[in-house]
Amino acid sequence: MTSGKLSRSGKLSRRRFLGTSAAAASSLVLAGCDQFDFLGQRDDGVRNTIERANDLTYRVQRLLLGQDWLAREYSESEVRQGQRPNGSVDPTTQEYQTLRQQNFANYRLQVGGLVESPMSFSLDELRAMPSRTQITRHDCVEGWSCIAKWTGVPLAYILDQVQVRPQARYVVFRCFDNIERTQAGDVLYYESCDLIDARHAQTILAYGLNDEALPVANGAPLRVRIERQLGYKMAKYISSIELVSSFADIGLGQGGYWEDRGYDWYAGI
Amino acid sequence: MSSETAERLDREQKGQLVYRQSIWTRVTHWVWAICLFFLLLSGLQIFNAHPSLYIGQESGFEYNNAVLRMGRVLTDEGSRGHTVIFGQTFDTTGIFGVSGPPDNPQYVAIPSALTIPSFRDLATGRVVHFFFGWIFVAALFVWFLASLINGHLRRDILPSAADFRGLPADIADHARFRFQRHRFYKPLQKLSYFVVFVILFPLIILTGLTMSPGMDSAWPWLLDVFGGRQTARTIHFGAMLLLVLFFIVHVVMVLLAGPFNEMRSMITGWYRVGPQTHSQEADRS
Repeated sequence: MTSGKLSRSGKLSRRRFLGTSAAAASSLVLAGCDQFDFLGQRDDGVRNTIERANDLTYRVQRLLLGQDWLAREYSESEVRQGQRPNGSVDPTTQEYQTLRQQNFANYRLQVGGLVESPMSFSLDELRAMPSRTQITRHDCVEGWSCIAKWTGVPLAYILDQVQVRPQARYVVFRCFDNIERTQAGDVLYYESCDLIDARHAQTILAYGLNDEALPVANGAPLRVRIERQLGYKMAKYISSIELVSSFADIGLGQGGYWEDRGYDWYAGI
Repeated sequence: MSSETAERLDREQKGQLVYRQSIWTRVTHWVWAICLFFLLLSGLQIFNAHPSLYIGQESGFEYNNAVLRMGRVLTDEGSRGHTVIFGQTFDTTGIFGVSGPPDNPQYVAIPSALTIPSFRDLATGRVVHFFFGWIFVAALFVWFLASLINGHLRRDILPSAADFRGLPADIADHARFRFQRHRFYKPLQKLSYFVVFVILFPLIILTGLTMSPGMDSAWPWLLDVFGGRQTARTIHFGAMLLLVLFFIVHVVMVLLAGPFNEMRSMITGWYRVGPQTHSQEADRS
């Protein structure tokens, strides 16, 4: 997912976003390529133009990639270490702390939005559903990878339970973790994916990691695995799932916490 | 003296102007020059997000499969920049790991002067990298088609048996900084372009694609060819280093061979061959 390094870069970009050049100026002692620093401004016209290359990447990958083609799965012997925790590793919101103290006994996953029958599921109910176990490689946007074994319920199964309406285009994952604490209050993590990835066989709501219950550092009680995209798409600490036709009104409108801070919505690259 | 004689004498002294570079070669050359500049500096920005390189499918956090690590280490003398290559530690303070003036040090692997943006911004690094990546690949596609049709590939890039025979003499010429200006590329020149176009460019594109989880699903053979995503990332970095080396040698050779003539040929297509060049060779285009 995300890390301290990423968080730092996020903060720098926000400073730029607010029109302050202090961050750049202080790091420009060696002054080389600072003439291209304007590209870091999230509302810069040139940046917005070259950002559209990612739409091309999305389209081309959707063309090349069969809807049900799987990400590589590895053997047991290739799980050589624990899953590296990243981003939020210990959410401090009151709601989460309470659930955690009760070992998530009172947790209920809310599923709603553009569905015929909104429903909620306890962790036990989720565990009783058909499950899928997969050993896959987690690729972080920073560049590292980590192989781990994930167990969970296919998201497609949940979507069939609640019956997705035809207008729905995206699945939004809302999370408990306050990835950022500001004076205006907590900023909660969220993510979204299209229905092709949501219904993909390897897209699971994972409650198990390496044959044990999903630890807090890795997103307990529930996180999503979207194996053909990067780690930041795979929201941890999921509180609710919402089917939407557009994510323009959610967060800053880009479809996810990191997307709102300049990262690409499509993270297949 | 008749003007014809003057012209002939002039040609013998200065050599003849020949049309050496097609419009396709010239346009793609400059498109690549721009692309590689942005790809290199945005790539180093991306590298700074996790300045370690590994061999294998994954990154070892509980075991060591790293071949390169850069970072800041706290020592008795304060923060030092360390670069570990194949287990050997080098103090790279001032360049890698820790850089900038002592009163305002930067704790980044690659110094900010070599990254776009200069400050830490992985998101923007990726935006810049993927945009120029697409242009780079598009230019390679155009160049390949054009060069296949106009003969540039066969004539100037693919080494022939004669090139291998002429290699020792060409190496000796280069070692003595003795450059003759010919219409056609000499063996070492051909070989270096061959390595860049046929090996390094495809290699850096394919290892880049291997880092994409989407492409790994579309083309799973990528992972097998390169021995895993992390090995591919390491090869991608290595190919970058070789391209930087090529760039340095390329510019030095332009300077040694006559920068005005070389630049003219890559801008207008016209190149003045050496006076010793046979007119027959010069006339062929």
